[in-house]
Amino acid sequence: MKTYYNPEDLKKFGNIGEFEPNLAKKFFDYYGEVFKEGALTAREKSLIALAVAHAVQCPYCIDAYTVDTMEKGCDEQQVMEAVHVAAAIKGGALLVHSVQMMNKFKELSM
Amino acid sequence: MKSLKVQQHPLSPAQRQIETLEQSAFTPFAEKLDLIGLLPLKPTHLDIFQINMGKMCNQVCKHCHVDAGPDRKEIMTRDMMELCLIAIRKTSVTTIDLTGGAPEMNPDFRWFVEELSALGKKIIVRCNLTIIVANPKYNDLPDFFKKHQIEVVSSLPYFTAIKTDSQRGEGVFEKSIKALKMLNEVGYGIEGSNLIINLVYNPAGAFLPAAQHALELEFKLKLWKQYGIVFNSLFAITNIPVNRFLNYLITSNNYEGYMEKLVNAFNPGAAAGVMCRNTISVSWDGYLYDCDFNQMLELNVSTPLSRHLSDFNTEILENRNIVVNEHCYGCTAGAGSSCGGTTV
Ligand code: SF4
Ligand code: SF4
Repeated sequence: MKTYYNPEDLKKFGNIGEFEPNLAKKFFDYYGEVFKEGALTAREKSLIALAVAHAVQCPYCIDAYTVDTMEKGCDEQQVMEAVHVAAAIKGGALLVHSVQMMNKFKELSM
Repeated sequence: MKSLKVQQHPLSPAQRQIETLEQSAFTPFAEKLDLIGLLPLKPTHLDIFQINMGKMCNQVCKHCHVDAGPDRKEIMTRDMMELCLIAIRKTSVTTIDLTGGAPEMNPDFRWFVEELSALGKKIIVRCNLTIIVANPKYNDLPDFFKKHQIEVVSSLPYFTAIKTDSQRGEGVFEKSIKALKMLNEVGYGIEGSNLIINLVYNPAGAFLPAAQHALELEFKLKLWKQYGIVFNSLFAITNIPVNRFLNYLITSNNYEGYMEKLVNAFNPGAAAGVMCRNTISVSWDGYLYDCDFNQMLELNVSTPLSRHLSDFNTEILENRNIVVNEHCYGCTAGAGSSCGGTTV
């Protein structure tokens, strides 16, 4: 079955340098730096990445960071809590706009 | 759950497992070693004498590379243990490592430990924890271990019941916690006691282990906060594609992906530090192997002159070529893996 997303393409991520090597190199160097152990642990960063992957709904990133969090010792409960954080922020970001809706509603109401 | 052997599972014969491993499309492990100048793989020196006392076990863990279980009857006889003692006296090994199955189930286990104890070497027992509470006759094992200053190494794949039980069987976590408390009570893991209990983490699935130091911190925190349990070190071990773990990989459709992961994570530093370079592994029936995994794959030591305890010869063994195959990628991935955890 042909789909827009092919799991095999994830392995080809590095190939983006084929069309523009300089920017790709800069990106991958930066990417590598970002995920290094720092003020946040590599594990905390991996959980953030997993949550963001859900928020941006990228199947490649979801696959990659599910494996990565598992390999950083996270269990089912921890990864699901991370996803709920993303969901809460996404949901909250949507709901907070309802203040604008309410303002407008009230503005136009008698 | 029955062992693969008793099920007469098609993957049970060692030859079948080797064929499966060798059919894969990736670069052969030996070639990889050759590229970094490590072929033939040679021992550095013989330091650890590891004895697999048999395949009998009270558990039937899903990932078991021994294919152990209550239905396995192959265990070491006292005669064979006598031969072990003779062989050990011919060496200058510092450590005797007792494994299984559950070595404590062997009726001559205590006799053997007492004899080994007299040799003045460090003795490790790979205790699955639940055996301590499996039957009243084993309840005094913590005291017995303490008496002989045994270093206890025990598997606990996670600090939650759900993950531990999914790999090691229903109720294993609760029993393991109980056994750990009994070990703590006699002094194991307590600062200043000199009684060592190390835990082993291995992934509950087809993925690589996390960084050992990070896991150790988390295990220490969680086990202390929730159960008041202390331990010394945590060893993070990679699952090796042998016996039931190999079967799990194949039946769950994870085999190719897992092997690819191991091959891609090949680390030359870890290859130089593989445990077979300072270990000899003895089977319940006295044959000699480069490691417990080779033992399960029936890959005997390459030298025909010292294949069994009855013709044990340290010099010949220290000059042998170590037998490698595709499962070896499990020892060389990432930070490396051995019976003592990561190697780099
Ligand atoms: S992994 Fe250890 S405890 Fe589990 S079945 Fe195998 S030998 Fe027994
Ligand atoms: S599986 Fe055994 S022989 Fe192969 S590298 Fe690991 S310890 Fe050595």
